[in-house]
Amino acid sequence: MSVLIFLDQANGQIKKSSLEAAGYGAAIAKQTGSAAEAIVLGTVSDDLNELGHYGVTKVHTVKNDALNNVDAQVFTKIIADAATAIGATVIVFSNNFNGKAIAPRLSVRLKAGLVSGAVSLPDTSNGFIVKKNVFSGKAFANVAINTAIKIISLNPNSFTVSLTNATAEVVEFAATVDTAKVQVTDTNKIVGEVPLSEAEIVVSGGRGLKGPENWALVTDLAKLLGAATACSRPVADIGWRQHHEHVGQTGLAIAPNLYFAIGISGAIQHLAGVNRSKTIVVINKDPEAPFFKAADYGIVGDAFEVMPKVIEAVKKMKGVA
Amino acid sequence: MKILVCISKTPDTTAKIAFVDNNTKFAADAIQWIINPYDEWYALVRAIELKEADVTTAIHLVTVGTADTDPIIRKALALGGDEAIRINADSHDSYYIASQIAAIAKEGIYDLIFTGKETIDYNGSSIGGMVAELLDLPYVSLATKFTLEGTSAIIIREIEGGEETDKVQLPVVVSCQKGMAEQRIPNMKGIMGARSKPLKVVEPAAVEAFTSIASFDLPPAKAGVKLVSADNPEELVRLLHEEAKVI
Repeated sequence: MSVLIFLDQANGQIKKSSLEAAGYGAAIAKQTGSAAEAIVLGTVSDDLNELGHYGVTKVHTVKNDALNNVDAQVFTKIIADAATAIGATVIVFSNNFNGKAIAPRLSVRLKAGLVSGAVSLPDTSNGFIVKKNVFSGKAFANVAINTAIKIISLNPNSFTVSLTNATAEVVEFAATVDTAKVQVTDTNKIVGEVPLSEAEIVVSGGRGLKGPENWALVTDLAKLLGAATACSRPVADIGWRQHHEHVGQTGLAIAPNLYFAIGISGAIQHLAGVNRSKTIVVINKDPEAPFFKAADYGIVGDAFEVMPKVIEAVKKMKGVA
Repeated sequence: MKILVCISKTPDTTAKIAFVDNNTKFAADAIQWIINPYDEWYALVRAIELKEADVTTAIHLVTVGTADTDPIIRKALALGGDEAIRINADSHDSYYIASQIAAIAKEGIYDLIFTGKETIDYNGSSIGGMVAELLDLPYVSLATKFTLEGTSAIIIREIEGGEETDKVQLPVVVSCQKGMAEQRIPNMKGIMGARSKPLKVVEPAAVEAFTSIASFDLPPAKAGVKLVSADNPEELVRLLHEEAKVI
């Protein structure tokens, strides 16, 4: 009996959302009296022994360059084989783009119930019940998994990992690597930017900023805070910002520690994408903007006057000239 | 070319979310139901565009739902589906739903199966991947662009920190999101025509669900916004640093 955690990597490094999944999986192992093992596919430059810090005791690797692109079908087979080989009864993913591609396939392959978008540790006092987000962040469902093997994909930024000094044993898993039916002809990675789905702080702008030429108010603050930038749907639709920045009901749903909304009124569709943020700050000149009802902190004022002062104040706090 | 578009009914995006029966059931009374936006705006509309480019294309719709799903199926037919199959069952288990869809897909032999990237109610993001595994087909998730090139598809999909261009031989299962197509409004001709399009109701295959919902919770109410004067943004920064401890 063990917990198997799938750790995905980008450019040779284990992703932050996966490290959260590692800590989460280790906590489940502790809770159920089993061992936490991880699987890493492709070539990785990180020191995998250090995954022990997250509570993982053993890391199974398949060092094969063909696995540097994620193919759901190929990955599913390898993870299923590994899960069977080590007798995993719980399998953990991050509910990131790769988790969403692989976990459902694995669920079918192993006849294992899947809860995607988990937000806390399972309740194992009576069965196996996992709390997950539903209704786009407006509610939670407590879902019972009724199969022998359970699969959980953890929402990014919803579990706090406590680190230790332990180290993990790293072993090579002898996997059969199939040829992918999906051929990757091009990849286009946005480099040098914090990925929106993993960002702890997100600074976001809406139509209130009046035009793309004013976006320095967003990007300057984001740079100072090491934050990702986002925008509301109208802003992406008009083309002021790229679509991948759109957060909301039909864009990306995020849950950063801090969501800083500038000139966004806070329509219910926008809130559906950001309401899981731990702290929400709203800057809007309309005191009736619905976003203030969902906010923790706010300033009623003109962004063009308020934001330069906010940026100055952050610089002062950070000791940046 | 035969395309199967999986659609689901979801509460309107502005619907009030509440629960009844000791928080075990969604309060569905007085809810305005819509086609799940990802299924409609991206999956279905892209399928319609492919049909407009090649009129020999057939678009079949499939949904798992009880008779109260019929209005949204008619709307999808009005937008441009050719015929629809409703599997007469009510389930929130992704495996159960995917198994029903896979059974229909096996029978119909489709070149393409489109789903939305997730539903806005249960947010599972699971149906596409499960259907693909059940049919042993490749699956491209979170697609933002889709074009045909002979018997292959060229698909751009979102990956962590960027995008990827894929080439894959049909048949393939694709989950669709923003970028694939633009929302459309059904016209009068479409609405009239939808009434006579075939809507077949079939009974579900015997499948055991993997999961069940024990209960629902609502998130704790926010304490209320703390407003800071526009003349004193330093105070906001201080609060974020010292009180919320997020910067």
